[in-house]
Amino acid sequence: MIEGLLIGLAAAVTPFNLMMVVFGCVIGTLIGMLPGLGPMSIIAIMIPVAIGLGDPTAALILLSGVYYGAIFGGSTSSILLNAPGVAGTVATSFDGYPMARKGQAGKALTIAAIASFAGGTIGAILLMIFAPALSTVALLFHSAEYFALMVVGLSAIAAFAGTGQVGKALMMTILGLMMGTVGEGALSNMPRFTFGIMELQSGFSFITLAMAMFALPEALFLVMNPARAAQGEGGKITGLRISRSEAKAIAPVIGRQSLQGFFIGVLPGAGATIASFLGYAVERNIAKGKEQEEFGKGSIKGLAAPETANNAACTGSFVPLLTLGIPGSGTTAILLGALIALNVTPGPRLMTDEPDVFWAVIISMYIGNLVLLILNLPLIPYIAKILTIPRTFLIPFILFFTLMGSYIGQNNSTELLILVGFGVVATLLRFADYPLAPLLIGFILGTMLEDNFARAMQLYQGVGFILERPMTLALLVLAALLVLLPSYRARRARKRAEGVADGD
Amino acid sequence: MALDRWIALAFIALCCVYGYAAFFTMDDSLPPILRRNPIWPSTFPKMLTIAGIVVGMIVLFSPKPAADADKAKADGVIDLSRLGDYHVGQALALIGLMVAYAFALRPVGFLSSTVLFLVLGAVILGERKLHILIPVAGIAAGSIWYLVQEVLGIFLRPWPTFLV
Repeated sequence: MIEGLLIGLAAAVTPFNLMMVVFGCVIGTLIGMLPGLGPMSIIAIMIPVAIGLGDPTAALILLSGVYYGAIFGGSTSSILLNAPGVAGTVATSFDGYPMARKGQAGKALTIAAIASFAGGTIGAILLMIFAPALSTVALLFHSAEYFALMVVGLSAIAAFAGTGQVGKALMMTILGLMMGTVGEGALSNMPRFTFGIMELQSGFSFITLAMAMFALPEALFLVMNPARAAQGEGGKITGLRISRSEAKAIAPVIGRQSLQGFFIGVLPGAGATIASFLGYAVERNIAKGKEQEEFGKGSIKGLAAPETANNAACTGSFVPLLTLGIPGSGTTAILLGALIALNVTPGPRLMTDEPDVFWAVIISMYIGNLVLLILNLPLIPYIAKILTIPRTFLIPFILFFTLMGSYIGQNNSTELLILVGFGVVATLLRFADYPLAPLLIGFILGTMLEDNFARAMQLYQGVGFILERPMTLALLVLAALLVLLPSYRARRARKRAEGVADGD
Repeated sequence: MALDRWIALAFIALCCVYGYAAFFTMDDSLPPILRRNPIWPSTFPKMLTIAGIVVGMIVLFSPKPAADADKAKADGVIDLSRLGDYHVGQALALIGLMVAYAFALRPVGFLSSTVLFLVLGAVILGERKLHILIPVAGIAAGSIWYLVQEVLGIFLRPWPTFLV
């Protein structure tokens, strides 16, 4: 591990890469503060820049800086304006905004920065300890297991992302898989489902799809419903310092939530949102008497808990990405796409084949967290001012960046029409409460899933591999359970509720 | 019928079209040597078609979860039953503007079409301070053009075709 750390240090700590971390953190924080642009959209916007760098290490460092910056930026707008730009920071606004209303905006931002820093750093240490262990296990995996593992990942994402609506999430996953089959397949180089359209020959562009699924619907929602971006009075930002007793109060919260958040983040599909809500709920239950009443009215514990948990979870979500090649969240799915574009295939071989990339990412997490803290503490009073940009300026710019992101990738205006078309479809899907992250993850994993399935089929001359390889079978059973269990439980609960209503 | 069921219905229709292409059109062009393979290019799409139709049917016919009905609508969430209260016109105008931008980008050139896009977008949203808007749009378009063309090395035609 020490050797690995040294490799990582050598690769990451060059003046250029340090500049990239700082640049990424600043960009991430600035854009992340704008309501509606979450880490997912920002990373999608930054991908052309990162790919343009050409060096996977520098690109990853830049993107992780952006990622951390965006999460912190999202908390800023949650606290100051009660306008959480990202689902993961919704829980932050529960106590952060009341604090800001009480004139403690500065303190709230400081606690958020420190909690994020602690969560991220502890998460990075856990990642360093657990990722190698996970990846040695992963080396036992063959194409059959890979196929099964991806099925598990997709069903876990569907099962968690749906929050009780597994059917809808599964439908989106299958739609994503279908979109992944458009274009020339790796199997036979035969164009499939292109309907004779030249532009579809190479399939849909991943950046276009990411923009259309996340950034565009959010921007359209902001247009349709100005209340969503309503700008409250930020209040004066005073009193940055936290007292010794306050520090003592939040220390155990940060400790617990770093661990809990990290392990929730490792689960594919759970991610920062669930971690932050769960962290808030757990801390609220643990707190005693008067402290519990404070929750929701400006409790520092209630602010520290979700902030720590969502940062630790973000770090945790790198474990399945880096060791198994399975993105656990929409954001890591976008990162996976970027890595593949840079000719790095995350997976069990990443640590052995390209240790410098692997360790540089971990080192860049430490540096990113540190830079974020150093940058943000003095900047807090100025940061808030950007939020006063009127939405009449803001929205055209968001739309323009979305269009640019997809145009730069392909240099083709047809891409823009595809983007707008998918964006409208995605907005409709969001109206109807369909989760969009499973679609994107299905699209990204689709090709890999099919390739591994095809390889296993060819090796075993048929579907026999499912029975011949016990691990494959076990994983597929697990996938089935993940999908079926929530609907079974919901059904039983419904049956029971009906029984009660009948006077049974 | 609620919007989500219409979407499920549309999804099943999509699966049927997709499935028709997979089951009846793809295998004919397969060379004989590949026919001996246990897996054909159409195998995976065929599986997806079946799975898609099954899941689509489940979503279409499953009862609405009870929790959904009394779930309090959070601030800023769009409530479809009051769609008329929202600025749908502005959203549609912006979508139209984006389509126009897509068609204009090549012939009109990046700088001119971007400035127009940003200015018109803000005007659609109700911004009237053109003396601030136009310089801001110009600076933004110029700096993005510099970043893309000079730093990233991706060609973007800056001016209309007849000027170059």
